[in-house]
This record gives sequence, C-alpha cells and structure tokens, in this order.
Amino acid sequence: MSKQVKRLDRVIIRFAGDSGDGMQLTGDRFTQESAAFGNDLSTLPNFPAEIRAPQGTLPGVSSFQVHFADHDILTPGDAPDVLVAMNPAALRANLADLPRGATIVVDTHDFTARNLTKAGYADNPLEDDSLAEYDVHALDLTGMTVEAVKEFGLSRKDAARAKNMFALGLLSWLYGRPTESTIAFLQKRFAKVPDIRDANVTAYRAGWNFGETTETFVVSYEVKPAPMPVGTYRNITGNLALAYGLIAGSVQSGLKLFLGSYPITPASDILHELSKHKAFGVTTFQAEDEIAGIGAAIGASFAGNLGVTTTSGPGIALKSESIGLAVMTELPLLVVDVQRGGPSTGLPTKTEQADLLQAMFGRNGESPVPIVAPRSPGDCFDAALEAIRIAVTYRTPVMLLSDGMLANGSEPWRIPELDELPVIDPAFATETNHGDGDDAEFWPYLRDEQTLARPWAVPGTPGLEHRIGGLEKGDGHGNISYDPANHDFMVRTRAAKVERIAESLPPLEVDDPDGLAKVLVLGWGSTYGPIGAGVRRVRAAGYHVAQVHLRHLNPFPRDLGEVLKRYDKILIPEMNLGQLAMLVRARYLVDAVGYNHVRGLPLKAAELAEAIGNLVAEAEGIEVDLTAHSFHAASGGES
Amino acid sequence: MSTADLPLPVMRSGIESVPTLPEGAAPQTGKDFTSDQEVRWCPGCGDYAVLKAVQGFLPDLGLRRENIVFVSGIGCSSRFPYYLETYGMHSIHGRAPSIATGIATTREDLSVWVVTGDGDALSIGGNHLIHALRRNVNMTILLFNNRIYGLTKGQYSPTSEAGKITKSTPMGSLDHPFNPVSLALGAEATFVARTIDSDRKHLTGVLSAAAEHRGTSFVEIYQNCPIFNDGAFDAVKSPTTRDEAIIPLVHGEPIRFGVDGSKGLIRDNATGGVKVVEVGDAPDQVSPADLLVHDAHSPDATTAFAISRLTDAGRLHQAPIGIFRQVVRPTYDDQARDQIAQAAAGVEGDQSARLAALIGGGDTWTVA
Repeated sequence: MSKQVKRLDRVIIRFAGDSGDGMQLTGDRFTQESAAFGNDLSTLPNFPAEIRAPQGTLPGVSSFQVHFADHDILTPGDAPDVLVAMNPAALRANLADLPRGATIVVDTHDFTARNLTKAGYADNPLEDDSLAEYDVHALDLTGMTVEAVKEFGLSRKDAARAKNMFALGLLSWLYGRPTESTIAFLQKRFAKVPDIRDANVTAYRAGWNFGETTETFVVSYEVKPAPMPVGTYRNITGNLALAYGLIAGSVQSGLKLFLGSYPITPASDILHELSKHKAFGVTTFQAEDEIAGIGAAIGASFAGNLGVTTTSGPGIALKSESIGLAVMTELPLLVVDVQRGGPSTGLPTKTEQADLLQAMFGRNGESPVPIVAPRSPGDCFDAALEAIRIAVTYRTPVMLLSDGMLANGSEPWRIPELDELPVIDPAFATETNHGDGDDAEFWPYLRDEQTLARPWAVPGTPGLEHRIGGLEKGDGHGNISYDPANHDFMVRTRAAKVERIAESLPPLEVDDPDGLAKVLVLGWGSTYGPIGAGVRRVRAAGYHVAQVHLRHLNPFPRDLGEVLKRYDKILIPEMNLGQLAMLVRARYLVDAVGYNHVRGLPLKAAELAEAIGNLVAEAEGIEVDLTAHSFHAASGGES
Repeated sequence: MSTADLPLPVMRSGIESVPTLPEGAAPQTGKDFTSDQEVRWCPGCGDYAVLKAVQGFLPDLGLRRENIVFVSGIGCSSRFPYYLETYGMHSIHGRAPSIATGIATTREDLSVWVVTGDGDALSIGGNHLIHALRRNVNMTILLFNNRIYGLTKGQYSPTSEAGKITKSTPMGSLDHPFNPVSLALGAEATFVARTIDSDRKHLTGVLSAAAEHRGTSFVEIYQNCPIFNDGAFDAVKSPTTRDEAIIPLVHGEPIRFGVDGSKGLIRDNATGGVKVVEVGDAPDQVSPADLLVHDAHSPDATTAFAISRLTDAGRLHQAPIGIFRQVVRPTYDDQARDQIAQAAAGVEGDQSARLAALIGGGDTWTVA
C-alpha cells in the first residue's frame, strides 16, 4: 500500500510517559535521528526531581519535547503538534499544552481502572468524547511490543520495557527519520545482553513496520533538511558544550584544569563529563561540600592552574564568602552557576534565571564579579571560553550563568576549528617588579596599567615569595593595610578593573533589519530563543522591532547605554521578576519594562510576540494585529 | 556499583618530590624564613614560640623556600603565614584545608602547611578538617589549641571545658568539648600528634616527623593565650606538675610517666581501653615489664584512641603528648595524579589535536 507523504516545514513532538518508561532516551534518539537527517532542532527535556516517583502518577511523568524544522529555529516550541503518551498520567499531565487538532498517539495498555484513578480520571478519556478535538491514535503499543519480541523468551515485564522503542519506531516512520543510528546505538548499548538488545531492535523495527502497514496512519510526513552554514555539526547539550569549553580553555591557555565541585542538579553532568577527560590533565575533585569545592579551586588557581567550580543557585549561596576571597586575592577562578528554580531548594530540575542579582551582589562588601551568560546550548562552549579569557586576563573570579534549559536542552552545533578559538596567555610573573639590585622586590598588587590586573606569581617561582589573603591589601606592595584612604582606593580599583573588561568587548550586535524599530527587546541567557522567535512573529506580521541579547552582564558593553537611548520602548523578558530590568533601569535611567514568568519552563514565543506587539502598538500609536499577515506564509513558520 | 583496585601503599617521604637547595648552596637560617612584616600577637602569646620554632626548623628540611606554602584560616594563629618568607595565603574562616587540598593535589613539588586554631579547625571548619584527614592529602596541619576564641575576644571554643564562664556564657558553657586527637583518629588520620608550644625540642621533633610523613599530618599544639585563657596548660608546663601531667608517647617504648616513672599504662580488660597504674613490685602495682608498649604504627587505631581518651576534658591535669599514630596509606593527591598519568599514557597526539578530536566526536554530519 503506498501512502501519501505530506510535506511540513516544522513539527513539535512531545514524548511523555512514566519516569521509568525511557522517555528521555526515546526523545534523545529521535533528536539524533533528526540531527543526522539535517533538520535544525531544539529540545526540552522535562523530568521530575524524584528519581522514581510512584508509578503511574502525575508527579512521575517525564517528558521530552523535540522541535525539528526545514529552517533555522530558535526554541523547543510552545505547544506540541504531536503528543506520545505512554499512560493515562502522561496524557492528563500534557493535554492542556496541546492545541486543538494536535495528534495524540496513546498506548492504551495502561488505561486500566486502577491507572486511570491514579492519574485522576473518573472515566476513560479514550472512551468518551473528551478528546474529540484531537486526532487520536489509541494503540496497544505495549501489547504489540510484547508480541513482537516473544521469540526472545523475555519475561513479560522485560519484553514490555521495549515499548518505548516501538513508539520510537512508529514516530520515526511517521516523520521519515533515518533508522541506522538508533539501531547502531541499541546494538552498542545492550551489547552485553543480547536478548535485550535484540528485543529493543526488533521492537523498534516493529514500530516502524506497523506504521507502514497499518491503516491507522494514512499519511506520513516529511520535514526536509534545513539549510545551515557550511561546516561539520553535532547535536550537543549545554552541559556537554560547557564541559568541552572548559577543556578548550585549558588547552588554549596551557593551564591545567582543576574542577572542585559538589554534586547538584542540574550541574552535575559537567563534573561527570570532565571526570572522563583526565588525559587532558584535568583534575576533578568531588568535595565534601560546596565550600570545599570552591576552596580547592581557589587553592589550585593560587598554585597556577585553571580553577573552576560548578554548581547551581543553592551552591552559589554557600560559595559566596569564598568568591569574595577570590575577589580580594584577585585570582583567576571560574564559577559556573547552572540556574534552577529557587529560592531555597526550589525546583531542582526546572529552569529559571533568577540568580543574576545573586551573582552580581550576593557577597559582603563592594565585591564586583564579571558575569557571562550563554544564550543557547551550543553557545555554552563559547561562553565558557570567554569567561576563562576574562578570569585569566584580569585575575578575577568570573560567574558563568547557564540554566537548566540550556544544560539539558540540545541543538545542532557547528564544531569550531581550533584556529577560531581564542589563545589565552596566563602571563605568569617570573621576576621582581619593584626596586633595583639588592632592593628588588616582588609586589603582588602592582597592576598592569591597561587591564589593572595584578601579577600572578605561582609558588615555585624563586624570589617572588609573597602572601595574599582576605584582609585589605595595601596598594602595590599588598601587605595588610587598614589605612582609610587605601581602602577607598582599593575598593574603587577593584571596581575599575572589572569595568575595564568592557574595553575588550566587541560592539553590541543590534538586530534591527530596517532601522525603523521604536521598540527594543533586550535579553540575556536562555531567553534568546523565545525572544528571537517572538521577534520573528512580530516582524512577519509586518511590524518593526529590534533585538539585542547580552552575553556580558557585568560589566555591560560600553555601547549599551547609547543603544538603549535609540529606542522609545525597551522590553526585557526574563525568567525572573525583573532582575536585568532593575540593573538596566538603575544604570541607564531608562524606563525599561519587564516581561516576566517564573514557571520553571522557557518563555513561550507566542505570548512574547503578543507582549512585543502591545508595546509596538503603544510606541507607534498603531493597532497591532499579529494574525493580520500570515507569518507562516511569510517565513515558512516561526520558531 | 563496582570498585577499582587501587595501588598498594608505598613508603615515601612527604617531601621527596619537593625540590631541595642546590648542592653547595649556603645553608638557610631562620632569618631566610622571616618576612619583613611586624609580628602582631599579644605579648606572651604562645604563637611567638611556635613561629620561632617553625622558622628555626624549616631550614633543616633543606627545601627551596619558594616551594613551601603556608595556608591559614581566620583567628590569631592564622596570621602565621604573613610572618614567613614563603608563599602563603591567609584565607577565610575554616577553609584552609580545602584550599590546601587544591594546592597539594595539583602541585606535587610543593610542601604544603596549614595553620589553624581550635575554633577555625573544629568549629566552622570541622567538615573540611575531617575530610582532609580521611582523604590523606599530603600536607601538615598545625592546630594551635588555646581552648578559647582569642581574635573575637574571649568566647568559649569547641575545646573549652564545659561550664566555662566567658563573655558569651556568663553562667557557664554547656558544650561538651572535642578532644582534637580523638577526633582526628576517628576521622582515620594517618599521622596524629600532640605537642606543646613551650617545649621547643619536642615541638621540632614532631614537626620533623610530620613533614616526613606522606599524607595528612595532624599536629595539635597546646598554646597558651595569656589574655583570655591564661594558664590553661599550666599543668603540662609547670616544672612542679608536668611530670605527673604529661604521658609521653614514644614509639616502641613502654608508656611510663610520673615523678620517677611511678605511673604507667596498661590495657584495661574491663573497658577495652587503657588505664593508669602504679608501677612497682607491690601487689597492687604493675611491673615495668607489663606496661603497654606504644605502637604508633599499628594498623588498628583502637589503642591510640584509647590513649587519647586519657586527656582531661575539663580543666587540664593530664594529657598524653607525642605521636599517637603514624601509618602508611596512599595519599589522595598521589592517586589523583596517578589516575591522570594512567589516563594520559598511551594517548596519542598533542593537546590541540586531541581537543579537535574530542569536540568533533559523536554523531556528526557535514553541510557542504
């Protein structure tokens, strides 16, 4: 039977099931297949903090959303076109996110009275008309899986576990995904357990074949590869890109990487990844607590290494005093904060960007720390290198603010050539720097005139023995000083040093295609995707809006004030209650307005577009109707 | 979860990887280790004696001065690094062991010392101390115990006797004190010793053994604070009482003390611990031949712990002094460096080529 193939420009699929159903793996495999096929893509894993919440319950639902397209896209998508629900709880937990007409593929096997009750359903939604607005494919995926793999003699439970591969096979057929990489993956992953391996491969193929032969699906879809800049690509998550960026920073600076870290969600994967790369001379120290993690990193930096500590918001709170020590001792140090929902333990597995003010001000005294933020998973690589450049060049702790969405989300990443990477010179001090002859001395706080950085003299260097510490330093000689004028001078000098970093930054990239915009949308961090997608929607509807995205939050780029003044209205969307907005308003006296959500999820492009549209209407005194023009027709789909 | 087999311990010196002075170089003196900073402890502070002893002792190691690092926390004793002409860091309260761990793990060629106090090491920094000890990072921790908070002007410390009347405890402190030696032994430290600020010979001997030990050497130094806790250690210092108060520990020798060696230690079968007995030939006395012989090298720390319990928890009248325990166990930093060497062995290509291979790995596709 030959089936109709329909072309689509983009599709958003959400795989949802119980925590133990393997939804993250299923989503990840579908993503890899799509990446290999050449689509642009963006993903959003969403899982509970509990390792195994009670089976079949709403808190136990784990999901993975993948957005893939034949064009450049920026976000994992607001609302799924397709939901794959492996049990009643997964259906109920995700249904509210589906637009009318969305496709639902549901495994009927677990729709028993008991499981329906656990999920909070009084009646079976597959048997009443509550799903009438959707295109529902109710299939016994588990039953078909068990049937397909019975030749391997597995227990019923083990056989049923392959149901996620059956679902993956079906969806892979439906969207014309290449299958080789998943089969190769399964063969490698289960190489030591041949019957499990064969069952998974068979279930995967059975799912594919089911799609092709059944009359349930009369149409399959095609999403062509996206045109992308020339290069070699891989799919990469933010935490992996960040870990690679740290290793690259080590290689590019010739400094040995030392990571002092304490496990914490969602940052632990960076520790796991770096611990695999000891061959690069990387030391990973799993400390007794967050404080020891940064303490050891400071010690390693003092000893002439690239000291790094990785954590999330609660860990930053514990490290605050130590960051202050690194500010005072002016040692290079990288502090990575993979932000999650707060305050306190908050939402460990959900995303947020509410640690900006903590990074900026969360220490005693006047304690300036440069802040760098990546804007997409792949960008974590470049952001890590930039943070290392600043730390080493200016002898200062640097805060790198990633977040849960960047950490676990993925996108195609063009693998850089090594000659594109910055070379970082540690420029260790090797000689005395004050006085001559017998009076020659080493002054640890005698500064470089251009950068205001102090010399970094490493133990083992003869003649440069010196003592540093948390007490105030006398200018130049660095001995303890309680002199009032000296303290005032040193406080201002530390601030000036951080401000000097702005001199090394390129001009802002202002995205204002025709220069007619009156509204500027300013963002930082992982909101880059949703903001860009929202801006595209507004432009596709025929309106003008400009976009600027900050990589450097402290110091701000030198031209930011001038850029802000060019626009009548400034909108700052953030996954917090207005932290960048507060800094921008205070610094530049502009009436920036916020767009703020703290739901533990990325901002939605459609909602953002509406907020931008409202501001455009206000700024230009016009009516704005985002549905007036078909943005689908104009751009081939927003993102 | 599975475990990997780690290498067996090898007897190595704590300073064998640290560069020594070139042959024929002029010998160092205490002056070479004295910085130009004015020492600012109170007159009569025990810290002066320890500083003098350390400055006098460091030349004996014959190490290059630039390869010695002192790290301290916060407190009176933590000003120590400023007065030594070596590399040093006066860090933050309680964190010196963690900072020293980063230094020692990345730099085998450095001799790393931590200077701390009873508040710094046992209160705010207690966690770092016990974890440094169990990891056995190659460094020497000098804990100056004056049983009081000095720098904050006289509050009770975690080693103060219960009931102590201080500024913060006008009706007496309620905390039961730590015995630092018992704590270190409980944390599986491989080198545990106690000495006294005013006994320079003993202090220097213990420092030598501590520097020689590969792993974390923990040395408790009884140190008098003349301002806030004067006389806390008079019993072990005064010529009239010290023979009765000090229980000297010397590896391989019977543990015997008191005027004319009138007392000694034997095992106490009733408690499983040790007890003090009269030495002599009378029926209720114990023959010198039956006294407990001190074995600092015993793989089992039980007896060392039992001996440490003879220290008074209240006002001090009696305390064992010397090296309680000195055993060989692989150090954290040696093993961390070994793992890196093992991972790097047989890996081909320079760092840049391997970086390119790393970031270019995984499932890739090319857009032409």
